[in-house]
Amino acid sequence: MSDVQNYSPSVKAADHAEDTVWEQKVHFIDSVPRWLAMTFVFVVFVGTWQIVTSLRLVSPIILPTPMETLKDMIFVGQNLLTGGYMLGALWITIKEVIYGFALAIAIGFSLGVLVGETAFGEKAVMPYLVAIDTMPKVAFAPLFVAWLGFGIESKVALAAFIATFPIVVGTAAGLHAADENARMLFKTMGASRMQTLIKMKLPTGLPQIFTGLKIGAVGVMAGAITGEFLGGGKGFGELIRVAASQLNTPRVFSLILYLSLVGLVVFASVVWTQRRLVFWHKEQVGSGEF
Amino acid sequence: MSAAVAQDYAGAPLGTPVYELTHVSKTYARNLVVALEDIDLTLRKGSFTSVIGSSGCGKSTLLKIMAGLIPPTKGRVILQGQPVTGPRRDIGMMFQQATLFPWKTAVENIVLPIEIRDGKAAAKQAMGKAHELLDIVGLKGFENVYPNELSGGMAQRASICRMLITEPAVLLMDEPFSALDELSRDMMNMELQRICREQDATAFLVTHSIQEAVILSDEIVVLKPRPGRIAEIVDVDLPRPRTLNMMTTPKFGAIVDYIRSLLDKGEEM
Ligand SMILES: Nc1ncnc2c1ncn2[C@@H]1O[C@H](COP(=O)(O)OP(=O)(O)O)[C@@H](O)[C@H]1O
Ligand SMILES: [Mg+2]
Repeated sequence: MSDVQNYSPSVKAADHAEDTVWEQKVHFIDSVPRWLAMTFVFVVFVGTWQIVTSLRLVSPIILPTPMETLKDMIFVGQNLLTGGYMLGALWITIKEVIYGFALAIAIGFSLGVLVGETAFGEKAVMPYLVAIDTMPKVAFAPLFVAWLGFGIESKVALAAFIATFPIVVGTAAGLHAADENARMLFKTMGASRMQTLIKMKLPTGLPQIFTGLKIGAVGVMAGAITGEFLGGGKGFGELIRVAASQLNTPRVFSLILYLSLVGLVVFASVVWTQRRLVFWHKEQVGSGEF
Repeated sequence: MSAAVAQDYAGAPLGTPVYELTHVSKTYARNLVVALEDIDLTLRKGSFTSVIGSSGCGKSTLLKIMAGLIPPTKGRVILQGQPVTGPRRDIGMMFQQATLFPWKTAVENIVLPIEIRDGKAAAKQAMGKAHELLDIVGLKGFENVYPNELSGGMAQRASICRMLITEPAVLLMDEPFSALDELSRDMMNMELQRICREQDATAFLVTHSIQEAVILSDEIVVLKPRPGRIAEIVDVDLPRPRTLNMMTTPKFGAIVDYIRSLLDKGEEM
């Protein structure tokens, strides 16, 4: 209905030709600040949750009330802040994530350079990487446990395994991003292969490399937790598994929420590094994206 | 020995042959396209030569062979007395795209050839010269600006500076201004003429604009396609320095018409 009203200026224009002002149709959402829109969604979500639980549409064992969850979050938070057993578990998971990500970056970047820079890598290594990448990598978890035991090594391995491939692909794609002109220019300057790689191809490919790193950052978290579910140990994933087996759903909820904070920090640190290093790419990426 | 030879050429009078191509042919192995056939060409010191021809007739191939970027299938290329067998320090190049690197400021982009050849310290020392060059092309004040903030014309000016920073003996340019609008292109042409005269540069320009070729050149090499051969080398005896006003004179028009007729003839075959 507002569409129709907004379309009337042509009629007005006929009457007052001198003040033809086209009304711009402003979408309501454009005038709302982001925090308000996000708060709105949050309130609707929690409200629906509250209604569903207080009307007992689902059993409290399946879905605790928002209040129960909040109470448990406070409890877990206190345990974490006071250095309780949960902090120890969280620290184990954080270590798995950090080691796994570091390993994935080192291996992924090296393989990416091999595949993206050498004809041999592209011809002979890439097909294997593609083949392994299409496999469900989580299925390797029991193997890692059998090889590396129930300690953090098997979780680090699975986390790294999952996160490596997007980094390989991102690095290889990034090294191909430089256009013919840039290559020719470096050739005319008599640049060595190493110089071309370091001073031109790698910086040109940073946006793609960081895309790979961001996908890897998400995968590394999933890998560590999957590893803990399937291979035991003393990490945060084990706490979740135990709470779930005891049907302590509020605890599961609050543990997941704290765990996602860790994932968020990992992801944010990649984004932060990208903003420093690839400052020149900001305009093309767009402000709305990470 | 090579330094001594280069020295000889630096001091040589204008008009000395600098570039000599004899019987240069190129067949691309990949698709057996005969891109160039039997090109004989001499560029003299301080001269401005353009090569013109329809798209795909081998202009870029010729330029790449001259620059030592690709080898000719047959024939010889001699620059300053020495055969060209790969990229050379005494060649400066420029392409249709400015190809400035967005993570470097304008002045950092300009000293890049020095950085690649002689390292970071030498590049730092060349900063002063880069500033002078930016001043010459009218980019004073844009030294520390990133390429994202430069217009197309400004970016090409910066890439002229990058070409000049190593003081090359010859300038090879592949359609450097064809991505610019006509007004900017005319201005850049006048600027290029001024720079070439100031530096006694030997210039070789690939273009598909007849006007651009005529206003800038002493000689125009007209290529005919499939395979690329020289149809004719046209002398342009308009007085120097050239001005944009000359483009309206009958003589200018006559030369343009003549070259167009040569190009049309090439197309019929
Ligand atoms: N790298 C290459 N491999 C195979 N054929 C090529 C290559 N580069 C150019 N050619 C062919 O050679 C001919 C001349 O190309 P080019 O020198 O780019 O022409 P121009 O610059 O005059 O448009 C064209 O037919 C083109 O398809
Ligand atoms: Mg071309």
